[in-house]
Amino acid sequence: MYSRTYKTLVSIPPLLWVGLFLLLPYGLMFAHSFWAVHDGVLVHQWNLHNYSTLFSKPVYVEVLLRTMRIAASVTLFSLLLGYPLAYYLSFHGGARKELLYQLVIVPLWVSYLVRGYAWKTILGSEGVLNGFLQYLHLTHEPVAFLLYSPFAVVLVLTHIYTPFVFLPIYAALEHVPRPLVEASHDLGASSAQTFLRVILPLSIPGLLAGATFAFVLSLGDFLAPLLVGGASGTMIANVVQSLFGAALDWPLGAAISVCILLVIISLLFLTERLEKRWSFK
Amino acid sequence: MVFQMSGTTSTRRARLLTIYAALVFIFIYFPVIVLILYSFNRDGVGGFPPRHLTLDWYRQLFADASIWDAVENSLIVAAGSVVLALILGLLAALALDRANFPGKALFRRLVLLPLILPGIITGLSLLMFAVFAGAQPSLFTVFLGHGTALISVATTELFAGLQKMDRAQEEASLDLGATPWQTFWRITLPNLKLSLIASGLLIFTLSMDEIAVTFFLIGRDNTLPLEIWGRLRRGITPEINAVSSLIFAVSVGLILIWYRVRTRGLGAEARELLERP
Repeated sequence: MYSRTYKTLVSIPPLLWVGLFLLLPYGLMFAHSFWAVHDGVLVHQWNLHNYSTLFSKPVYVEVLLRTMRIAASVTLFSLLLGYPLAYYLSFHGGARKELLYQLVIVPLWVSYLVRGYAWKTILGSEGVLNGFLQYLHLTHEPVAFLLYSPFAVVLVLTHIYTPFVFLPIYAALEHVPRPLVEASHDLGASSAQTFLRVILPLSIPGLLAGATFAFVLSLGDFLAPLLVGGASGTMIANVVQSLFGAALDWPLGAAISVCILLVIISLLFLTERLEKRWSFK
Repeated sequence: MVFQMSGTTSTRRARLLTIYAALVFIFIYFPVIVLILYSFNRDGVGGFPPRHLTLDWYRQLFADASIWDAVENSLIVAAGSVVLALILGLLAALALDRANFPGKALFRRLVLLPLILPGIITGLSLLMFAVFAGAQPSLFTVFLGHGTALISVATTELFAGLQKMDRAQEEASLDLGATPWQTFWRITLPNLKLSLIASGLLIFTLSMDEIAVTFFLIGRDNTLPLEIWGRLRRGITPEINAVSSLIFAVSVGLILIWYRVRTRGLGAEARELLERP
């Protein structure tokens, strides 16, 4: 029903734009990772030197492993907070369901920076929490390990990604056919059995989507470590950022970015397949 | 019903779940409440309890020229990004919905990448592109970055809108002799009005808050989040709490409007479904 001209006219501008401003930039990132810097000047010599540096220096591997650990913890904690919340809203929400849902959604769109900053004022050695502990005479010296630690990074990122994890799980739980749950009970399954055998398997696609999201976005985060991480909370994206800034080694930074990208893309690919396997149809 | 069988254990379990959910809500809202509370605290951003409540920090904020310059910059960038992302997002959604071209699957994935990838990767790629193209980092590069990254949001929302749209209206318009151009302006666009408003608001909010991509594309003029970011390194006062509280209030306001637009859209659809024979 749409003419050829119509199709061409709507397709060409976004194709050109996305090609020029997304595909080309991502391609440049890829190309840089095979180039080199000599005496502060970028040399377009194609080689794998950056990648071999990356895997031969223990510093980079160590930070990469720490980043994976932090991202995995964030994913785990976001699930532990987000799943029960979604379950509660979906099955016990009652009349307040819609209101509660909106209450979870609102912080989702509230500035990342605002929330990171708020935790900084809470955890600092002269922060709200330390003030509170001393006010109660529970401690006399400020507890210093709260801020500038991997713990603080995990806390802030968990706070940011819990609503993100909640969303797809809630959507999945809402789609669990209620007659199925009733049938399970009628046939004599206990609540725990019904949950483990009916509800949980049906919500796996949502759970996977939420977990992937939290993991992927934590993996590439560099702002939370800068805000609350300190030296011991440095993550791989901070290394990239410093290579692009002060250290001025763009090719090496690009190589690390490509590695992050590969991890992310293989994860997305994997979860997409898993989601399909678990989806109910 | 489902949850009133086996007596006391299940009620106890339900009560525990309620308490747990309440704790999660407290965790989600606690930092924001602290933030707002301490924006009225005379003695700084920490300590306990907050004493000597004052509006001085807000007074200081309203007299702070560099914050308001940054707000203005952010507003310009966000408004520009909304226009850019909506135009290209609409075309991309139309292309995905109606045209077939080689590489369509790749295109769909590529458009969505900035939404899925961490901001640093998109930000650095765009920085390399800017250097490659010989462009100086400035508000203009930030605008190009935001606009391009947020095409993803516009495309998703508008594509969903197109999928729900009734094709018969467009067909009728074309059959009755309207040109494709007229059909687009009189049928397609008005049908997408709610999706356009909803995604526009979303893009505006996201652009106002964006920091990871902006970080690498910014020149001499700061956007609001980067102005705040710069101040965090210089030592913090409740003035930052005050500006953050205002950002929070504005974000909540925009989200509420967005939500109303969306639910009104759903309401209209539901009504249509009911009215259909």
